[in-house]
Amino acid sequence: MPDSVRHDVQIPGERFAFAGTGEIYTYTIVQEAPEGYDDQAPYVVALVKLDEGPMITAQITDLDDQPLEIGDRVEMVTRKLTTEGKRGVIIYGYKFRKILHREP
Amino acid sequence: MMHEVAIIGIGQTPVAEHWGSSLRDLAAVAARAALDDAAISAVNALYVGNAFAATISGQSQIGALIADHAGLGGIEAWTVDAADASGGAALRAGYLAVASGAVDNVMVLGVEKSTDMVASARVRARSVSLDADYEAIQGATVTAQAALLMQRYMHEYGVPLSAFEGFSINAHRNAGKNPNAMYRNQIKPGAFARAPMVASPVSLFDGAPDGDGAAAVILARADRAADMVPQPVRIAGSAVATDTLAIHDRKELLRLSAVMRSTEAACARARILPSDVDLFEMHDSYTILSTLALEAIGLAPYGQGWMLSSDGRIGGDAQIAISTFGGLKARGNPVGATGVYQAVEATLQLRGTAGDLQIAGAQRALIQNIGGMASTVVTHVLTV
Repeated sequence: MPDSVRHDVQIPGERFAFAGTGEIYTYTIVQEAPEGYDDQAPYVVALVKLDEGPMITAQITDLDDQPLEIGDRVEMVTRKLTTEGKRGVIIYGYKFRKILHREP
Repeated sequence: MMHEVAIIGIGQTPVAEHWGSSLRDLAAVAARAALDDAAISAVNALYVGNAFAATISGQSQIGALIADHAGLGGIEAWTVDAADASGGAALRAGYLAVASGAVDNVMVLGVEKSTDMVASARVRARSVSLDADYEAIQGATVTAQAALLMQRYMHEYGVPLSAFEGFSINAHRNAGKNPNAMYRNQIKPGAFARAPMVASPVSLFDGAPDGDGAAAVILARADRAADMVPQPVRIAGSAVATDTLAIHDRKELLRLSAVMRSTEAACARARILPSDVDLFEMHDSYTILSTLALEAIGLAPYGQGWMLSSDGRIGGDAQIAISTFGGLKARGNPVGATGVYQAVEATLQLRGTAGDLQIAGAQRALIQNIGGMASTVVTHVLTV
């Protein structure tokens, strides 16, 4: 095989586990949602600055009527993002919620 | 050795909800208008800017389709896609083809027909310009991206929502005199901040409306253009720069680095500064994008781009006129055709044939076409 052929398609790098906590860097309340998400609207999409540094785009869930502000602390949870096709296959993924107050 | 390149013909259709016209018909109307304007009957190649033919109209290969339908059958023809920057990218492709000497002349045509799809279906179709795996999967939209930038901007600089209204007021004021504009109504001061939200803080009076339309320009070598038409317009600078698709991956969220790099490269080629131009057809799809672009270009300090909308420095009699035919906001945003509309409108200004919208003595124009939230930025400098 010529050297140009790559059998290993893994992107080089190390696996890294994030703590799953961070803070709201900016957010928006989406009123006009795309197909597949319109039954969830209005919903909050935010840029979350993770404690380790990187930023990600994620929905903020479980808010009920609580207000959200830039700087609020949030933690990652696993939630249904959308469904796909007529059979409604569920796509799961990460969302974030305000950090719950736990008993010490 | 690169040849100098000039625009020798222009054509456009009105931007509207063209439910009665097909993609190919819109394209053919603009193509024929441009050929008539240049007083020629054929070109060597056709480059098409388009974003949604495959997804919304169920049609790919529209280069070949339009070449055939416009009576140019058999020539080299293909499509360029860079989301909302497709038209500008097609102009860049046409410029390179003529500048290299590979072809003598070329038609650059932008066409879009996006309003056949409505409501959440179109929002989903539009969302393909986001990072699919890391943004769109979360239910983010183009408007949501703009809103995330705007919310952070208002927070960091302490700017109220009403501060951005001048961009929309100016665009609608100019579109009121443009017969090809989609929305010729005026926006009254104060109405902007009270408009219904699409994705807060971006409202209905903030984001540009999607429209259908087609526009075309014909490019030729500048040394031959003077013998072909009375008023050739020179493409003095041309550049493309890119940035991450996902806005969360940027080192500085509020600094549009691709706008800065694309503008610098185009202006360096043209040997001018951005402040030297008479008019700037900017990609004003959202007021925050206008704000951040003016800052990245260097026309305003960081945190103060919005002031250019509120202190009278934009508009017909301003030092640098902006969105002179109504911009995306009020002329309408025919997505993949927008960059070519900008070239057509700047050419009308530089020829001195912009009618009621004429910027007196216009000699240099900057046009900038942006894909995504400045993930692809195409900048051209046009001069006479």
